[in-house]
Amino acid sequence: MTVNGKTVDAEVPDRTLLVHLLRDVVGLTATNVGCDTTSCGACTVLLDGQSVKSCTVLAAQADGHQVTTVEGLANGDGEMHPVQRAFHAEHGLQCGFCTPGMVMAAVSLLAENPRPTEEQVRTGLEGNLCRCTGYHNIVRAVLAAAEGGDSQ
Amino acid sequence: MSILGTRVVRIEDPRLLTAGGTYVDDLRVPQLTGAARVTFVRSHHGHALIKGVDASAALAAPGVIAVLTYQDINDIPPPPPPPEGGPPPGSEAAPLPMGGVWQEPLLAVDRVRFVGEPVAMVLTDDSYQGEDAAELVSVDYEPLPAIVEPADALAGQTLLFPDAGSNVVVAHPAGDGAFDGCDVVVGRDIVNQRVAPVPMEGRAAAAMWVDGRLTVWVSTQNAQISRFVMAGAFGVDPDAIRVVAPDVGGGFGAKVAIDRDAILVAWAARHTGRALRWVETRSENLVGMTHGRAQQHSIKIGGTRDGRVLAYRLDVVQDTGAYPRMSGFLPTLTNLMAVGPYDIAHVEVGYRVVVTNTTPIAAYRGAGRPEATAAIERAMDLFARAIGMDPAEVRRRNLVPSDRFPYQTPCGAHYDSGDYVGALDKVLAGSGYAGLRAEQARRRERGDAVQLGIGVASYVEITAADADNGETARVVINGDGTATVYTGSSPHGQGHYTAWSMLVQSDLGIPMDKVTVLHGDTDQIPLATGTYASRSLQLGGVAVHKADLEVKEQARRLAADMMEASEADLELDIDRGRWHVRGDPGSARTWAEVASHAGREGLAAAVHFTEAQPTFPFGSHVAVAEVDTETGKVTLVRHVTVDDAGIVVNPVLTEGQRHGGIAQGAAQALLEEMVYDADGNPLTGTLADYAAITATELPSFELLESETPTPINPLGVKGIGEAGTIGATPAVQNAVIDAVSHLGVRHIDMPTTPARVWAAIKEARNSQ
Amino acid sequence: MIPAPFTYQRAGSVDEALSLAAQGGEDAKFLAGGHSLLPLMKLRLAVPEVLVDIGRLSELSYVREDNGHIAVGALTTHHDLANSSLLGGELPLLAHAAGQVGDPQIRHRGTIGGSLVHSDPAGDLPAVILVLDATLVARGPSGSREIPAGEFFEGLFETALAPGELLTEIRIPRPAQAGWSFQKFTKRAIDWAIVGAAVQGDQVALVHMGSTPLRASAVEQALAGGAAPAEAAARAADGTSPPEDINADREYREHLARVLVARGLAEARSRA
Repeated sequence: MTVNGKTVDAEVPDRTLLVHLLRDVVGLTATNVGCDTTSCGACTVLLDGQSVKSCTVLAAQADGHQVTTVEGLANGDGEMHPVQRAFHAEHGLQCGFCTPGMVMAAVSLLAENPRPTEEQVRTGLEGNLCRCTGYHNIVRAVLAAAEGGDSQ
Repeated sequence: MSILGTRVVRIEDPRLLTAGGTYVDDLRVPQLTGAARVTFVRSHHGHALIKGVDASAALAAPGVIAVLTYQDINDIPPPPPPPEGGPPPGSEAAPLPMGGVWQEPLLAVDRVRFVGEPVAMVLTDDSYQGEDAAELVSVDYEPLPAIVEPADALAGQTLLFPDAGSNVVVAHPAGDGAFDGCDVVVGRDIVNQRVAPVPMEGRAAAAMWVDGRLTVWVSTQNAQISRFVMAGAFGVDPDAIRVVAPDVGGGFGAKVAIDRDAILVAWAARHTGRALRWVETRSENLVGMTHGRAQQHSIKIGGTRDGRVLAYRLDVVQDTGAYPRMSGFLPTLTNLMAVGPYDIAHVEVGYRVVVTNTTPIAAYRGAGRPEATAAIERAMDLFARAIGMDPAEVRRRNLVPSDRFPYQTPCGAHYDSGDYVGALDKVLAGSGYAGLRAEQARRRERGDAVQLGIGVASYVEITAADADNGETARVVINGDGTATVYTGSSPHGQGHYTAWSMLVQSDLGIPMDKVTVLHGDTDQIPLATGTYASRSLQLGGVAVHKADLEVKEQARRLAADMMEASEADLELDIDRGRWHVRGDPGSARTWAEVASHAGREGLAAAVHFTEAQPTFPFGSHVAVAEVDTETGKVTLVRHVTVDDAGIVVNPVLTEGQRHGGIAQGAAQALLEEMVYDADGNPLTGTLADYAAITATELPSFELLESETPTPINPLGVKGIGEAGTIGATPAVQNAVIDAVSHLGVRHIDMPTTPARVWAAIKEARNSQ
Repeated sequence: MIPAPFTYQRAGSVDEALSLAAQGGEDAKFLAGGHSLLPLMKLRLAVPEVLVDIGRLSELSYVREDNGHIAVGALTTHHDLANSSLLGGELPLLAHAAGQVGDPQIRHRGTIGGSLVHSDPAGDLPAVILVLDATLVARGPSGSREIPAGEFFEGLFETALAPGELLTEIRIPRPAQAGWSFQKFTKRAIDWAIVGAAVQGDQVALVHMGSTPLRASAVEQALAGGAAPAEAAARAADGTSPPEDINADREYREHLARVLVARGLAEARSRA
């Protein structure tokens, strides 16, 4: 598979979850595990551009596909992606644990709906739990990133 | 123009957003290379004797290094007896391996008392093997009757601790209260339900002993206290222990000091000589991390028909779970804050603490104060309803007036500063209260299926309750003119790096991007208290400020010496970060030059700052809820707040704390509850069942500004971290009940789930 | 958190999938999107020894008109169903319901086939398929067969599929009446339905009122007999056996069923 544009070849036990492949084999530890019932969304990455919960995808299922994690969002010059910039500007993170998954969910949301209403943002993030922010500034961040117009 | 009070985005964020934080499970330090994984075997019975543990199948499983039980814990001192009279008042008691009749063993010995209690530890090469092997450990349980309801605990037919002779750990029950002379008296038994903190990062710890020295990386709110706890637990000198708090993914009070299971990880690391790492699963977290709240309240309020409250009584039964880790600490705080922001002549408070076969209770965002506020705010609404007065008006008539501060309450609290009526008026104006009542009236008139409820709550809360523990700060100006701050505060999302950098820039004119803030490593900062009880800014921040001022005076002396001028003529140009002789800008010296002039002692100051007393932020919330009276479904449509925590250093950070607090407060009112069946099995043991609040259940919040300084510290700041939670829960609960009060509903216990709301509507209709 | 060990096999064709499943026997399960199966496996409530991954059988992912009915491939994701303009025009009930399943991440992976075969009584799509009088097409070692929706859901997490049989297509006739409504009652938006009602014209099916999705036959009969919707809706709980759990007892579920059916019928008529 490719992860953030780079080819990854690995041999892992069949039951290896994609999130553990990313964290422990590829070494990208930004994506976190927050639950064990596919509820919290902290593990959200993009699989062929669509948000998925990587704790509920086998590494084997992602074989041959493209995975994008939050580490792969900034451009080559280290400039943050518009969604990352918006989270920063709007104080859309506090402890940061839910943030990588939240950002990837937001990127996917905006890819499918570039001009969401507040309600659509809230519904679009229903699969992502945050305990610190109360979601208020996360929603503002996604709306700001959308308005910026360059949310791709 | 000082940077204080201006909106500054966080320095912490770029790293967190692009590379992710480094939480315990992310650590890739050399000491942990090849670290084995710890998986706990936990009880799945609420109450049972242990007849035996058979690890033979587990030991034969792939990758298993060891299976450890209580019998292996032969190399640490026995726990000390509990302190006489319980933990010292005002201290957040950390979970300790305590001795005495309520003793909680580190690993279960002959019985288990809650689902989730650790029985054994399995050490494996990787976590997948750990989960496989843990399943193979066979524990022979003989179930015992379980106690889940506090009423059953009080009845005492089954004793969790036979040697104690009772399930009541501490008892200071309330007297009757003085209700003579009241025209109207209303009483009710209400519940402040058990909730789970659910930080997004659960508990986690890694440990390594090298040459008799222990290094522990742990997801904690205070590394320094954790170090002393472990020194006591292992019977070693604190110098033999280094504790590091890496990035911490939320705490909310449940990560104060070091968790018992993390102590076990450190112990097992020494016992086996292996570096170890433990990262709990969410299911483990929901039963293994301490829960919050779990109080039952008997409330009684009485007063005159024109709205003057004369007497209030609050009697608390605190369910402390299977082990009384915090003794009477939480209900003591509840009793201390029972009267809230009101001027009530007669207040009677009391509490009892009982054990039950459930997860132990400890601090959770607010730690005893949300309970106090929820109780009196329900009482105020019940009283208002009984006398037919608007609930906001009743509050206004009883709030402590602004000219009465500092104010000593009948509960023993000393409120420093406040403008309670101002906060209420501001939130009523800001929410358009009159218009909301008019809309409510229209819907009632029409008999709409969807009714509108307006909930009001006024609160005061105690922050830095352990003011006399204080906080430490050391500020160093480096030879290159940058500054390093060593803070005893321990951020887990609050933004201390940004705030403390702002303080340095404001005090010394060293730009924020030239300030490094270090925290959480006991090798760098051996003495500190840590972050909980909303204490960081008023203690840790003020300590930084005071250290800045000491550094500034040292620098003045150095600069005077360099420029051969008198100290009185030296000025610091804060905007440009330059020292110069007054009237001679050309004489300017940079911080780098001044620091370099300091020679070997360097330019630094260390402060341990304590406050004379805690501070008391306050506020008022208005929640607007819609209730579908046909289904009971509740929608929170607006939430407007005034949360006054004194001077605001960075509105961005303060707002963030308020938002997060409001969300958790609303969550308790609307959705969240840890539920057990009669055998002590949790029915909400995963995030699929425990209804943690999501973005779809919350509106955007409307925050109004109010800054009433405190005289207690030089920055005039109080604590904001828990205030939002304290005000939000009762406002939302009151809103839901208000929405259906015209149908005869007087009370609905939290969480106000659709089933509960519908049942209340049905019962009210049936009784009319 | 981690499934018990299993052997992963990948099928390149439907025939290969059937053959691998036949070899695995009782211990083999098909893996499509994995969002019904993997959560169970992670809690070790399901411990298949062999997983046959059919996720790459793109020939089973489609929404098309076929001989006067709408044919939906079993591997079509909820996301694709919700965004299908053909479904939006012809079967808006299905498109809408698919858009309510779980959350966006789940909808990117979960498939209609996976949901139907999982047969969770709290699931949304089984009730929708039932109310739309769909036919389910299954392929097994001995060939293809068609199973009417009314015979497909046999019990709690049980369907009429034989071991080793693969659901390949769902065939849905064009509805006789255009009005539709999907009433999903939850505590939080992300939750499974406490109770749900799927309405297409005068046909009504219920979510979470028994161990399988149920047609609200008493309601349908009342409507056929000329009753007004509100009157008919009063019969919504007839013949149901709703479960009791922390979210609702029997009485509350029965009440919700009546309310949701009334609202569903009213909304369907407003769309007719």
